[in-house]
Amino acid sequence: MSAAQETAALAPARAKQRAISPSRGGRPWTFYVLAALFTFYVVALYGPMICIYILSFQDVRGGLVFPMKGLSLHWFIDLFTQVRTGDVKGAFDRSIKLAILVTVITVVVSFMAAMAFRRRFPGDNVVFSLMIGSLVAPGLVLGIGVGLLFNALGIDTSWYGSALGAQLSWTLPFGVLVMFAVMSRFNPAWEEAARDLGATPWQTIRLVIIPVLAPGLVAVALFGFTLSYDEFARTLQTAGPQNTLPLEIWSMTLNVTSPSLYALGTVTTIISFTIIGTALGAIVLMQKRRGARAGGH
Amino acid sequence: MVSRGDIELAGLSKSYDGVHSVVHGINLKIPDGAYCCFLGPSGCGKTTILRMIAGHEDPTDGEIVIGGENVVGLAPVQRGTAMMFQSYALFPHLSVRDNIAFALRVRGMSKADRYRQTDAMIEKVRLTELAERLPAQLSGGQQQRVALARAAITEPRVLLLDEPLSALDEQLRVQMRLELQRMQRELGITFVHVTHSQLEAIALADMVVVMEAGQIKQAGPAREVYASPMDRYVAEFLGGQNVLSGKVETIEGGRLMFAQPDRMTLAAPLRGNLRVGIGDRIDVAVRRDDIELLRPNAAISPQNQSALSSRVLAIEYQGSFVKVMLDAIADEEFVAYVPERVFFKDPLSIGDVVLATWAIDHARLLERT
Repeated sequence: MSAAQETAALAPARAKQRAISPSRGGRPWTFYVLAALFTFYVVALYGPMICIYILSFQDVRGGLVFPMKGLSLHWFIDLFTQVRTGDVKGAFDRSIKLAILVTVITVVVSFMAAMAFRRRFPGDNVVFSLMIGSLVAPGLVLGIGVGLLFNALGIDTSWYGSALGAQLSWTLPFGVLVMFAVMSRFNPAWEEAARDLGATPWQTIRLVIIPVLAPGLVAVALFGFTLSYDEFARTLQTAGPQNTLPLEIWSMTLNVTSPSLYALGTVTTIISFTIIGTALGAIVLMQKRRGARAGGH
Repeated sequence: MVSRGDIELAGLSKSYDGVHSVVHGINLKIPDGAYCCFLGPSGCGKTTILRMIAGHEDPTDGEIVIGGENVVGLAPVQRGTAMMFQSYALFPHLSVRDNIAFALRVRGMSKADRYRQTDAMIEKVRLTELAERLPAQLSGGQQQRVALARAAITEPRVLLLDEPLSALDEQLRVQMRLELQRMQRELGITFVHVTHSQLEAIALADMVVVMEAGQIKQAGPAREVYASPMDRYVAEFLGGQNVLSGKVETIEGGRLMFAQPDRMTLAAPLRGNLRVGIGDRIDVAVRRDDIELLRPNAAISPQNQSALSSRVLAIEYQGSFVKVMLDAIADEEFVAYVPERVFFKDPLSIGDVVLATWAIDHARLLERT
């Protein structure tokens, strides 16, 4: 075997060595700096919340600060039984209903807006700017404005009226932007193909557009729900006589000085996570079902 | 007697803005059961014509007659057309079977009935093993077969194909070309196929329609369009031809003599229907495989042969032949396809001076447009 041939045979092996060499001989010092930075970030992000969750599980002697005194569900029971903590159950009920209402309207309107904006139409830029504009307006000011408007029109503010409107001014632009992003990956030829195969416009929407966009619609729903569920600024001046949950928590911080407050935080977090988990689970399930059907036979 | 799937385009025009038209007054008859290819560069209006036949685009003017009936304004299904889209446009959320069954589903056919009919079609395109897969899990060739089956299940009288092979790699393209031919024979319906590849067009079509800027340049059988191009555009677009141009000097005995700028005078046979006068500028096409390369001292018979002295610019080995590029015409390509065995009997190299010769009767006078 000639020297040249030998070199040729060795070349691939050497190339492989070079490719893995960066991970040989330990990690560079920058890795440790960045890892420390990331750890600090995670602690700063979740630390405060975790403190609250831990403190909510104290027993009857519990206070608002560490150290933790005992371990029980006392403050959770207190939360739902004591009158002095306010109408937590009612507020929670209203917040969920409002969030569902906001979610449904956001999904439907965002979907229709995305459908409308597939083609250009006269004044489309103006309509788009008007839609996005309310994102820029400060929430508190916008809330006061909605409150004033209802006042001037002689309509009583309520969580299902003025607050719904104020929240939609926040969730709709988000929903529309997400739908635009989702829609940009929608191939218009799919619609044409459906038409070519004899589908009516309604059949095209039902059998092609909605199923293809389903994961995006779930994402918009999730957005709408979570944005509404913890909305404070816009709701403050528009909710009327009955509080939503964030308003209730806020008023509790002013007059309740027991770990009930923390228990409430824990409960609402669990609910939020359940909803997000369910939505993500739905998306995963959708994909899995497609995959399973594809894998079967 | 008008057959079911024949197509007639009469004065068909399309303009998007009312000022510039992308298709100007097309007149064309495509016989029933033909494989017709629209060939042209991108932007020549071929896809627009296809989409107008399909009913996805309305003509600004003119008529589209399929099987004796003007179909302008009708929905695709009423026309009896089906389209295969460029990127296939398979529904990503539906399995192969459900994609193919879609047309039956929207007609309200029951699940059992439509699956029975669909499975027969799936077998026809040899996808039985893959019936439960999603489009994303298929190769390009398999996707194309699904698209073909999905369009064919509507039992159209005309199948419209928009660049069906452009998404595939070279090897698969040749394979799928055969598949398209087979399907067309089996279904026995009219295929209208849009492409920018002349290889694809002449390999597949009974009828090639060459387009330029919204107009038909030449329409006819593949061999006619390739071997007897009408003008310089068609000759250059289909390839395989060298186009010489010059000024007519004399006309005599069924031949004309024309002079190229700074080059020698050449002869070309007259063509019956073409009128030329002395002093006219003309184009003449010579097939690249009609050209023979001789060493400069070789004897030729000037009575029957034309000859151009030139230098070899480049040589490309193509397997069955060798492509030799020459500087015979200023600023333009002049290529000879020399059979491989002939070339290697006396191989040329770059820079050699040769005589490019061809039989005068093989030169073809082109129309000047």
